[in-house]
Amino acid sequence: MSSSRHGTRGNAPILAKLLLFLTCLTLTTGLSAETLEATLAQLAERSFKVKLEAVESIATSEDGRALSILEALAAGELYTWKGVPRVVIGRKSGRTMHLLDPLTGQALGEGRAKKIILNNAMRVALRGAIAARTLSSPDPAARLGAAREMLGDTSPAATKALATQLEREQDAEVRAAITLALAIARLGAQEADTRLAAVTALEASLYPEARNALLPLAEADPDPAVKAAATKTLEDIDQLLAWNARAETLFFGLSLGSVLVLAAIGLAITFGVMGVINMAHGELIMLGAYTTYLVQSALPGWIDYSLVLAIPAAFIVSGLFGIAIERTVIRFLYGRPLETLLATFGISLILQQLVRTFISAQNVVVQNPSWMSGSWQINPALALTYNRLYILIFALLVFAALLVILRRTALGLEVRAVSQNRAMARAMGVRSERVDALTFGLGAGIAGVAGVALSQLTNVGPNMGQAYIIDSFMVVVFGGVGNLWGTLVGGMTLGIANKVMEPWAGAVLAKILVLIFIILFIQKRPRGLFPQRGRAAEG
Amino acid sequence: MRISSLIRQVVLGSGLALSLGITVPGHAADDTIKVGVLHSLSGTMAISETTLKDTVLMLVEEQNKKGGLLGKELEAVVVDPASNWPLFAEKARELLEKDKVAAVFGCWTSVSRKSVLPVFEELNGLLFYPVQYEGEESSKNVFYTGAAPNQQAIPAVDYLMDQGVERWVLAGTDYVYPRTTNKILEAYLKQKGVADEDILINYTPFGHSDWQSIVSDIKKFGSAGKKTAVVSTINGDANVPFYKELGNQGISAENIPVVAFSVGEEELSGIDTKPLVGHLAAWNYFMSVDTPENATFIEAWHAFTKDSKRVTNDPMEAHLIGFNLWAKAVEKAGTTDTDAVEQAIIGLETPNLTGGMAKMLPNHHITKPVLIGEIQEDGQFAVVWETEETVPGDAWSDYLPGSKDLKADWTAPIKCGNYNTKTETCLGSEGM
Repeated sequence: MSSSRHGTRGNAPILAKLLLFLTCLTLTTGLSAETLEATLAQLAERSFKVKLEAVESIATSEDGRALSILEALAAGELYTWKGVPRVVIGRKSGRTMHLLDPLTGQALGEGRAKKIILNNAMRVALRGAIAARTLSSPDPAARLGAAREMLGDTSPAATKALATQLEREQDAEVRAAITLALAIARLGAQEADTRLAAVTALEASLYPEARNALLPLAEADPDPAVKAAATKTLEDIDQLLAWNARAETLFFGLSLGSVLVLAAIGLAITFGVMGVINMAHGELIMLGAYTTYLVQSALPGWIDYSLVLAIPAAFIVSGLFGIAIERTVIRFLYGRPLETLLATFGISLILQQLVRTFISAQNVVVQNPSWMSGSWQINPALALTYNRLYILIFALLVFAALLVILRRTALGLEVRAVSQNRAMARAMGVRSERVDALTFGLGAGIAGVAGVALSQLTNVGPNMGQAYIIDSFMVVVFGGVGNLWGTLVGGMTLGIANKVMEPWAGAVLAKILVLIFIILFIQKRPRGLFPQRGRAAEG
Repeated sequence: MRISSLIRQVVLGSGLALSLGITVPGHAADDTIKVGVLHSLSGTMAISETTLKDTVLMLVEEQNKKGGLLGKELEAVVVDPASNWPLFAEKARELLEKDKVAAVFGCWTSVSRKSVLPVFEELNGLLFYPVQYEGEESSKNVFYTGAAPNQQAIPAVDYLMDQGVERWVLAGTDYVYPRTTNKILEAYLKQKGVADEDILINYTPFGHSDWQSIVSDIKKFGSAGKKTAVVSTINGDANVPFYKELGNQGISAENIPVVAFSVGEEELSGIDTKPLVGHLAAWNYFMSVDTPENATFIEAWHAFTKDSKRVTNDPMEAHLIGFNLWAKAVEKAGTTDTDAVEQAIIGLETPNLTGGMAKMLPNHHITKPVLIGEIQEDGQFAVVWETEETVPGDAWSDYLPGSKDLKADWTAPIKCGNYNTKTETCLGSEGM
């Protein structure tokens, strides 16, 4: 079933296969130049089985040029020349394709060529073959990568190569990696002493390969001492893994929490401090995300920096929209929550349609800067993805900044004064209308900033805001209306609760359970986690 | 089969549903044959379905250039059901009762098909449904030109097994298509001797964006020393953060390949595919397949849309096949009458774009080649495996206890969509 193209092999591959067979028999004789050429031709075949065999035979070749061919193939630089049926290296410059001889590096001029397509099995074989050859590379990073790649490879050839390299290896990190790989390989040794030593060397190793290799020993090793040692080592590893899993869940929870806090914190101001039920809050987040997209489109070569630029831009765009909404609609509706709810819901639909009309009804692509991709590998069992890590830090920074604005600035003082007692504040000379507009603008601007962060995690489309509006209200109500700390603690608690439940309840049920929990909680404590105290709360 | 947000559907569905009824100008009703186009042009499904509306318009235009059908010109009647399932039924009724269309090409999600099904049966219309689906259905009035599970899911699993996969993650969006497909796959895997602890099933809501713990679970599940693969029935834009998270957590296609049933060229056109190279998709058509028929089709599509960057995809091919079969059936029957066409179309053949012939079977499904492609850096798929012959579509799965004994056969003497071969009775509409 693996391939329907078996019948299409030419004569050259059959010859190559024959030669491969002979090479495999002796294992010591290297492939001659002609064989390498014949194997190369095999790469042009359609059948992936034939191609895989070619990769394997190049991998076992002792020809010095094999590595460069393997690397070119892995990098997708090998092509079949149209017209002249041979495998060449192709380098694209603009629309023209420069062709090179893969064996000699000689330029062959320009021409049309078809890329040699790899499949996963070929990529795995290539990776292994390249690793085995780079184990003796002068670059320590390449050696380290190779040693890690060979982890779990228990073939005698690999063990021999690793042992040889260990003798001359100077770099401590590479030594450790090779020792580990050797220890795993030696778990299968004949002598009980070697196995015991290998088990001891794997103590507290978090590599899954180590654990998997220990399992059969702990279950049924003929030597009782080895069996006991393996069982003990395995128990220790499992305990360590469990702690790492807990740390991971905590990070996932905090990360989800940080997203909730970011989405809700703008609402904590407009709803919490001002008491406006703003159903268009999600759309203000969406506008922030679209601002990120527009900033990125305006600066195509600056993907790594444009995200930072998008933060103030999104704050201004969403803030201005917020002020406009407050001045034109909401200020006429203060004290009438039902009308505010309906009016802002209408605004949310208008904003969505605006984006659909002027940008696109489809999702837009916001790119991730390189520093937001990948993960920080703390140990083999625990890695924190950079995008989540930065957004967690970012959420805390935004929270701190907002706290400073409300507590330490003149605007903050006026906002608190107006929200506590409007009439008295006005009597003291506070221009309450201006404060209303600025407060709403601040909340909207923060929503825009949240949009920048969310654009890195989720799809940016006209209706992305709808996904966050319910969560945002949930966090604010749960944390306690009018209390910023409540929003932070509430968001983080919900995030962690969700992630703790997710593994056994599933994503759908976990969300439902959290919602039920909040409903019950609000029944018991209607004012949330951190209720406002004092006379202001009574009204 | 994709919906990106149910919330939006609920909130906007009834409120904003624009009841557009655009009729493409044509001749007077008597000398034209009307063809209904029932695809969402607004709402969440517009992303996928708008392309299909354009495809049918192109096919109608081409048929008219060839002189129409039965000496009459074809006329497309386009309606917009706005991604709103009940509105699909209303619009279908409108097409059949008011416009008196000869055939309807439409629907994407299974739920929209289920919504229009009673209307087509009541008014005796013809529907050509172009999307891969979960099977377990066969109606006299519907022709399924997309893949049944045995033309997509089962061969994909076979391919991965051949590649040495022993542990399976079945990840899907939480609704009828993934749940039914996974039920079939689970039964199939167990029959092939896969142990319970080697199967992990996971469902997520529509538009899910926080994939960290699920991807981490997949990573842990895949590090047990056995080759692991993910079979994904995740639908719609939730795929974007899913694939991003896979990349960020360092899961490459070489370690744990993901084979998707709902990710095609159209869906990839908005994603950076470099981290996804090597992940797989199973379809019956890829734009990259190098055949003269496909080159002609792509050229015609680019000329019709006046955009040389537009991609083609599997459901578009399904519409092409459905349309060609219908046109042939009308010519064979000499009329557009539903019953005559329904009987005439069975057994007719038309070429696939990827080689081989598509034949309409008595169960209203067609024969299709199955292709498995790996994602390339340019957002296209490179075919890494294909069936040697076309596979006949199976309405009722052989791997589910309830449907094992059922078969659909709309030719005499059975004429039944769910005929029980053991008891030799037709279950009729109660069994659907």
